Amino acid sequence: MNVHLPANHIQPPLLEVQDLTVEFATRRGAVRAVEKVNLTLAKGETLGIVGESGSGKSVTSYTVMRILDRAGRIAEGTITFGGVDVGNAPESTVRALRGREMSMIFQNPRAALNPIRKVGKQIEDVLIEHVQAQPSDAKEKAIEVLKAVRIARPEERYHAYPFELSGGMCQRIVIALALACRPQLLIADEPTTGLDVTTQKAVMDLVVELARERNMATILITHDLGLAAAYCDRVMVMEKGRVVETATAEAIFRAPRHAYTRKLMRATPRGGITLRDLLPEEIATEMAPLGVKVPPASGQPLLVVENLIKEYPRQSAVSSLARMFGAKVAAPEPFRAVDGISFSLAKGESLGLVGESGCGKSTTSMMLMRLLDPTSGQIIFKGEDLSKIPARTFARSPWRSRIQMVFQDPTDSLNPRFTAARSIADPLLQMGENVSGPALRARVEELARLVGLPSPFLDRFPHQLSGGQKARVGIARAIALDPELVVLDEPTAALDVSVQAVVLNLLHDLKQRLGMSYIFVSHDLEVVRMLCDRVIVMRAGGIVEEGETAAVMAAPKAEYTRELLSSIPHPPIY
Amino acid sequence: MFRQIAKRLMTAIPSIIGVIIVTFLLTRVLPGDTAAYFAGPAASEQAISEIRAKLGLDRSLPVQFVAYVQDLATGNLGTSLTTGQPVIEDIRARLPASAELTLLGLLISILVAVPLGILAAVKQGSWIDHLCRIVATAGVSLPVFFTGLLLVYVFYYILGWAPAPLGRLDFFYTSPTTITGFYLIDSLLTGDIEVFRAAWSQIWLPAVTLAIFSLAPIARMTRASMLAVLASDFVRTARASGLKPSKVVMGYAFRNALLPIITTLGMVFSFLLGANVLVEKVFAWPGIGSYAIEALITSDYAPVQGFVLAMAILYVLLNLAIDILYGLVDPRVRIEA
Repeated sequence: MNVHLPANHIQPPLLEVQDLTVEFATRRGAVRAVEKVNLTLAKGETLGIVGESGSGKSVTSYTVMRILDRAGRIAEGTITFGGVDVGNAPESTVRALRGREMSMIFQNPRAALNPIRKVGKQIEDVLIEHVQAQPSDAKEKAIEVLKAVRIARPEERYHAYPFELSGGMCQRIVIALALACRPQLLIADEPTTGLDVTTQKAVMDLVVELARERNMATILITHDLGLAAAYCDRVMVMEKGRVVETATAEAIFRAPRHAYTRKLMRATPRGGITLRDLLPEEIATEMAPLGVKVPPASGQPLLVVENLIKEYPRQSAVSSLARMFGAKVAAPEPFRAVDGISFSLAKGESLGLVGESGCGKSTTSMMLMRLLDPTSGQIIFKGEDLSKIPARTFARSPWRSRIQMVFQDPTDSLNPRFTAARSIADPLLQMGENVSGPALRARVEELARLVGLPSPFLDRFPHQLSGGQKARVGIARAIALDPELVVLDEPTAALDVSVQAVVLNLLHDLKQRLGMSYIFVSHDLEVVRMLCDRVIVMRAGGIVEEGETAAVMAAPKAEYTRELLSSIPHPPIY
Repeated sequence: MFRQIAKRLMTAIPSIIGVIIVTFLLTRVLPGDTAAYFAGPAASEQAISEIRAKLGLDRSLPVQFVAYVQDLATGNLGTSLTTGQPVIEDIRARLPASAELTLLGLLISILVAVPLGILAAVKQGSWIDHLCRIVATAGVSLPVFFTGLLLVYVFYYILGWAPAPLGRLDFFYTSPTTITGFYLIDSLLTGDIEVFRAAWSQIWLPAVTLAIFSLAPIARMTRASMLAVLASDFVRTARASGLKPSKVVMGYAFRNALLPIITTLGMVFSFLLGANVLVEKVFAWPGIGSYAIEALITSDYAPVQGFVLAMAILYVLLNLAIDILYGLVDPRVRIEA
């Protein structure tokens, strides 16, 4: 009898997860991190698992590999991989699968590698463990593996330590490590978070290419819906430990069925939309329209930066000591982090500072904040050259209150022993505004209202607040002294997209309302496009391109800007 | 490599100069009059001032200091008034005794504490973790003279497993030819097994006493350091690559956890070397700690200065050794050197 069976009946799926529930033992009893998750994955298929922090997407994949930490356990459900019951198999069986049949690559590749072992040796360890090589030919095979992940000069890189390699290069090594034994399944856990967009594209292209070449199944775990849609066949959306929707990448984008998917999709920064479009519809319609962009008032600009340079000496402790003893040691050529940049900023304008890591954008913002002294150049703020005031004494200068900052990491930039109210009040107390008692509290509550932080949260400590709430505290603190210029250093980089959407809208509305100017440092071009009037693209300490944001994004003049723009992952339907 | 070491030693010069100045001044401002002490309780005013003049203590401080530095430059550390020997000879005879005891104590301590710390970290919260905590706390809370006396009481008095606690070697034996100054090593080098056994029977008890005391910092640091490393990303990668647990723990985690452990070892060693006076007293050990204490009590300047200087130089060498070890363990340190 010849019955036509669907393809997946002829070949059982490579990975099948049924009703998986994972519990973590905590001090307050068991917490369910993942609940009733089902998924199947065939050979050669690519599945994206998308969700925000706490959605259980990483826990799911760790459970499949069975590398959960001690506190976690499978409470219910089964995991079958290539016919093996992973959930109940003895540890030795699962260990033989790891690295050989199923592998994983991680976020923060540099930390994922042993810092004191040559990368080549680390690859050898895996090859020898899974009997893919003997000690005699391990080196040769390790170099082959390095070649497979397109590492230039593999013989040389074999002897490198992770700290000698760039982030993108480290991720290639981690991929090499994962793919050394030609596994059937690759799990990529936020493999490009923290990498630059161009590196992200290179890494993702490599993973997809290798997967296709080897007919390998891939699970891509990410918070970036755009990335998942661009590289995956199917996408599974998770929220709070549950799967809310699974569909083909295209279907998810064309017709998202679940409300959460819709919310997530709206919140993903992408071309052709405004800040308000990031928010859920019902909220967006209630809010005031964005307002027409008023051309900045002509006249004196708020800030003029002229030929700003920051050099760092390249020196070792030994040579400086030798010089102390009078020895004549030639000073090595200094390193220029910022190489003579000039620009101006009008009142009420917001300027985006974009570039990849190491381009000097953070150094620039630190100098504008007067936390760092420039080597040369001028920072003219309201007609006064602030570069003349040393960074060391700037905190006592009256200008300090005019320029404030919102920092990248909302958690690390708050004193863990201060309540939210105390953090917000800090600049008021430091800059001697002479407010205290009920007046101070009233001012703090007013600031909290401005940033949308409900007043009951004011008496909480940072660890009792969510990421978005901490970001609000940071913003309230920055605007407490009614500054004229706020430097925002990647203020939303550590936040989930839905929270980012809210914070970006808040920042925009605050600017409109208080008439501040922004310098917005970011690596995310789409975010900059929505928030900033003008943009500066930096590379290697210099300005590559400058102009109206819309114009630069629509028709970039510099080759580098074009490269940056083309590296942004584009979901299939845009 | 040698240039690195030479450069590294150069950085120690300012601190050695500082030590010389401070010890010189400190011994001068200490209460107590050397001349009066040595003249005896019944001496006349004139006899005291004669002794003072003989010792050169009547000169002004700067003059005394210049004389002291000149002596130092020729390797003359002065003469001890109590032993009547040149200080350098005394130190040469006594420093190896202390160093041998301390090193052996430290070695025993490492052999117990490091595996205990690793096991406690790997099996966090298990009985071995609690054992580690109890052993470490008990060891550090008992004063060394008490543990020493207890051990002497049990192993010498009751069990008779150890000889009388009277120095480095029973008086039946002659000390081995001095090569390193360590009896255990010298006796082996000269092939004298008998003496080795005798030296060993004398040293193990005080060494164990020191080991018990130094268990705590080493075990605790090993545990803490291992816990931090075991929670790190690259250990997760190693596990996800299917490496054996033994490879993950010893090959990946432990080598990375070594740096703080080495730092602790250096600190424990230098601390023990100077502070094992009490153990030396209990076991009548002819070490440098008891020598310095006696000199201090009698306001005998030269040995105190000699002792402090010797310790300072030892500390510098120790730090150099630790830095070299760092470089061997961690390639990142090698670059910065």
